[in-house]
Amino acid sequence: MVIPIVLGVLSITFLISHIVPGDAAQLMAGPRATPEIIERIRRESGLDRPLYVQFGMYVAGLFKGDLGKSILTRRPVLADIVDYFPATFELTTVAMLFTVIAGIPLGIISAIHKDRILDQLSRLGSVIGVSMPIFWLGLLLMLFFYVRLGILPGPGRITGAPPAHITGLFILDSVLAGNWRALGDSLSHLVMPAFVLGYAVLARVVRMMRSSMLDVFSQDYIQTARAKGLRELGVIRKHALRNALIPTLTVIGLSYGELLGGAVATELIFAWPGMAHYVVGSMRTLDFPAVMGVTLVIALVYILVNLLVDISYAFIDPRIRY
Amino acid sequence: MHLSILESGTEEKRSPNSEWRRVVRGLRKSPLAVLGSVIIGILIAMAIFAPFLAPYSPTKMRLSERLSPPSSRHIFGTDDVGRDILSRVIYGSRISLRICTVVVGLTIGIGTILGVTAGYLGGWVDELIMRISDVFLAFPALILAMAIAAALGPSLQNVILAMVVIWWPRYARVARGQVLVLREIDYMVAAKAIGTSGGRTFIHHILPNCISPIIVQATLDLGEVLLTAATLSFIGFGAQPPTPEWGAMISLGRNYLRDNWWYATFPGLAILVTVMGFNLLGDAARDVLDPRLRRSP
Repeated sequence: MVIPIVLGVLSITFLISHIVPGDAAQLMAGPRATPEIIERIRRESGLDRPLYVQFGMYVAGLFKGDLGKSILTRRPVLADIVDYFPATFELTTVAMLFTVIAGIPLGIISAIHKDRILDQLSRLGSVIGVSMPIFWLGLLLMLFFYVRLGILPGPGRITGAPPAHITGLFILDSVLAGNWRALGDSLSHLVMPAFVLGYAVLARVVRMMRSSMLDVFSQDYIQTARAKGLRELGVIRKHALRNALIPTLTVIGLSYGELLGGAVATELIFAWPGMAHYVVGSMRTLDFPAVMGVTLVIALVYILVNLLVDISYAFIDPRIRY
Repeated sequence: MHLSILESGTEEKRSPNSEWRRVVRGLRKSPLAVLGSVIIGILIAMAIFAPFLAPYSPTKMRLSERLSPPSSRHIFGTDDVGRDILSRVIYGSRISLRICTVVVGLTIGIGTILGVTAGYLGGWVDELIMRISDVFLAFPALILAMAIAAALGPSLQNVILAMVVIWWPRYARVARGQVLVLREIDYMVAAKAIGTSGGRTFIHHILPNCISPIIVQATLDLGEVLLTAATLSFIGFGAQPPTPEWGAMISLGRNYLRDNWWYATFPGLAILVTVMGFNLLGDAARDVLDPRLRRSP
């Protein structure tokens, strides 16, 4: 199932990069190149070969970990991605954790208080959340908490010196190095972007958790659990929660794509030095090897997260076996 | 991958006419649906009557009045070249509405035809169409739209095109799911048995019964389409200045945010309220039309 999808993803990124108007060899050679140089670059990079040969060459390169060379940075695309990816990964992961940690309890509370004031409030918050242009929310929060009040740090991942490079994830690196100043610094920088990025997905998680809890509450075994005198908290924790989690997890997995997409606007607003900077820069300059590489990596991460979600079902629901 | 959440099946079928009456009744009962309808009503009115409603021209520059804060002359203030922001927001509703209707309209058309074909013919055609749609759903929507819009060159037309390319699989899935359910229903078997032609079956029996889940999906999507298009414009791959597109306006206002809060605030508010209107309407439509939710408490 995964392999044909990956092949399909590859073909689409390849096709997109070849609908680019203009001559790729010309772009690579730069504006002042002579026709001879352009011709040589075209031959050397295989751009004069038929499309399917070029595609074959690209796929063969991938197996060797070769994503091509960026026209803009003149470095291998993979090396660029390795540099930019940790910042994005840290941001999306913290945002996702935030949606899980806040969203699941909020959904449960909403379901328990169905149609009462808490539920109404959380539903209102959800509708606003899914309707929010997050780049706008980011700008307003930045204006309020950074420019006006000055209680949260502004753009970037860190104000002071970054922790010693181990994984490129600042939180993990500062814990590993025991650098608590850097930990506090990078965590406070994460508050606004992670909230902005996670808000829309949070709304989805709360809604799904609420409706699947309500679904489970109407089942016979919950009636039984209540009838035999279990306390409400026990009913929720032992009987309802696990069964309501699966649809919510599916939503979280599917929403990860939204986090990756939303990360583009979020990173631009908070000057977060992640993939978005790289991808937007390369798309603007039609640096197609970089565009192909980044789109491919992002799609692969998304496929992988959804695969992990599928696998996690088995841990939550013992009836599911692979 | 678990994408089945996007597919829906129905257990019961009624004639489209009584279905419609039920929808209107159901929508009227929900205060949130009424609010959503009012918002969208205002949006449509704004788009149609923009020249009469807007106090100023959306593109006329008055440098002497640049960056003036909200006042009785300019309710939403003016931008860095002295254009009236209220007028630009009002004209922007035309662009937003155009994006939403064109993208959703085209994707419904393409998606439904492909989905019904896949579900009705089955076999390798089904396999091929569905695998292609899987691939499109494997991309984060915004990233793929960005790549396509960037490759074609940034413009509103190309954003619309890019969004159609990434959006059709949702409708293909819904339509196919619906056809698979319908195929087994008695009247379809009967229609086939008396020798009704494929085209006739399609128009008279399949299409009317696919409509309600597609409408639900469409109302829920309108808001998302608008948000995605605005995000693309904000990043710089969509509408180009001086087009009064809301996302592009925020992108310009961003540079003046520190001292001129109104510049980016009002276009953003317009996006938020409009998308909320679509979502409230979509939620209500789903509650009324989706039979799986009708049972739940």
